[in-house]
Amino acid sequence: MIKTKSLTKVFKVGFRGRKVTALEGLDLEVKKGEIFGFLGPNGAGKTTTIKILMGLIYPTRGDAWIMGSPLGDVSVKRRLGFLPENPYFYDYLKGEEFLHFYAQLIKMPKRDRKAKIKDILSLVGLKGAGDLQLRRYSKGMTQRIGIAQALLSDPELVIFDEPMSGLDPVGRKEVRDVILKLRDEGKTVFFSTHILPDVEMVCDRVGILVKGRLRSVGNIEELLGGHIKSIEITARGISESVLKEMEPLVERVIKRDESLLLSVEKEEDAEKVVDIIQSSGGRLYSLIPQRPSLEEYFMKEAGKR
Amino acid sequence: MKIVAIALNTFKECIRDRILYNLLIFAVLIIGLSAVLSTLTFGEQVRIIINIGLAAINIFGVMMAIFLGIGLVYKEIDRRTIYTILSKPIKRYEFLIGKFFGLLITLVLNLAVMTAGLVGVVYLTGWVINVLLFKAVFLIFMEFVLITSIAMLFSCFSTPTLSAIFTLSFYVIGHLTEDIKFFGSKADSLFAKKLSSLIYYALPNLENFNIKGFVVYGSGVDNSFILFSTLYGILYSAMLIVISILIFQKRDFK
Repeated sequence: MIKTKSLTKVFKVGFRGRKVTALEGLDLEVKKGEIFGFLGPNGAGKTTTIKILMGLIYPTRGDAWIMGSPLGDVSVKRRLGFLPENPYFYDYLKGEEFLHFYAQLIKMPKRDRKAKIKDILSLVGLKGAGDLQLRRYSKGMTQRIGIAQALLSDPELVIFDEPMSGLDPVGRKEVRDVILKLRDEGKTVFFSTHILPDVEMVCDRVGILVKGRLRSVGNIEELLGGHIKSIEITARGISESVLKEMEPLVERVIKRDESLLLSVEKEEDAEKVVDIIQSSGGRLYSLIPQRPSLEEYFMKEAGKR
Repeated sequence: MKIVAIALNTFKECIRDRILYNLLIFAVLIIGLSAVLSTLTFGEQVRIIINIGLAAINIFGVMMAIFLGIGLVYKEIDRRTIYTILSKPIKRYEFLIGKFFGLLITLVLNLAVMTAGLVGVVYLTGWVINVLLFKAVFLIFMEFVLITSIAMLFSCFSTPTLSAIFTLSFYVIGHLTEDIKFFGSKADSLFAKKLSSLIYYALPNLENFNIKGFVVYGSGVDNSFILFSTLYGILYSAMLIVISILIFQKRDFK
């Protein structure tokens, strides 16, 4: 759906035209039907990439294709929805008026418009806000009307730039739900973010961009290696002597009131600890394998030079 | 169709701009006041009314064209409203042309209101309306078209303040080009001669759109002059719009 080949953007900044490379040699491919999370710290070049894909800025070098069409092909935008970062719209328009205007731009037949706009407004949770001027919208509502305009043409591919930034937890969940719904409908979603838990919850694959270069691409399991970092065991009713017995196997012990939180590194050790707890009459409450989080991985990648 | 949608939205944007009403109210006030001023003279009343009225229509209309025109493109980029517009199947030039015509619709409407005010005042003071008055108004409109395209051109790459200064300079110099050429031809230095003729030929001659004097004194204006001025205005504006498109087409929206 999206393909880029050594995409590079060099900006000239300031009076002297000092060159700043925002993006360097990006090779990326987003496949049909997947949810692709584009990660990176601020200033990594995520928005630059998206703006190039949307034809808002021109690449210095390299090529990109959207649904097989090269950049600059306007007709492909009929099958594409886009939400920019911190979107802002004509604030003198009412929600419904705004969507009517955009419906004209995508040449939606007049007879379909009313029903479609009503559907979209309820999909993004803005039912009843269609009569309100956009200047009266809260940040979350603006984000939602932005998603509404992106979905207006029932696009095959959706590109969101930081769709969750600035939203409260409820708003973020709603955006996640919209993305998951799009996946159920077989659409392709490409979105940038730096909110990692959201990515872990919805993305099929991620790409990590740092300082204009793509550090790694793959599905989250692959990237994180799938191995278990440690195992956390919670138990109750453990006497001091039993605890002494377990000590060599346990990495860390945290006492909370009656219960004990034991952190164990190896699987075999965990089994032994469980045996000891059960044979000594203690109660086992939980046993949770700990995987390295995307956040840890991300921090490691972002920190590399 | 898409251009029409953008034009109509631009029109909506313009008519919800407060600056427009301030200017319109002032224009109508001054036109009304011309009737009062005209009583100060004897026998020349209609001339005073028409003279002040047309001047007010001209100046306030030009101010509308400048103040709305300088933000036409700049505001879209600055507020990032252009991002989602261009994410729809719209070419950049279609957007620009839509914006241009949107402002023109606004100006036509305002021109109609101001002209109606002037006609009303002339009618109430008991004078016959001359067709020449409408010809003058039409040429004033052609001047608006030209000023709008100048303002939009600057709006494509410059900030509103600078655009306003540039466009205003164009307006002032545009009314003086004939004088500049005349003084240049009298100058001794070759440089001054060349410079004045360069200014004369490169900058628009806005006196082509000024037949207010003829209306006031009731003398006829050749239709061929009006035709010439109209073509001049259209061609000059078209050239400016093409330059705007070329600039706009290459721009990065950072």
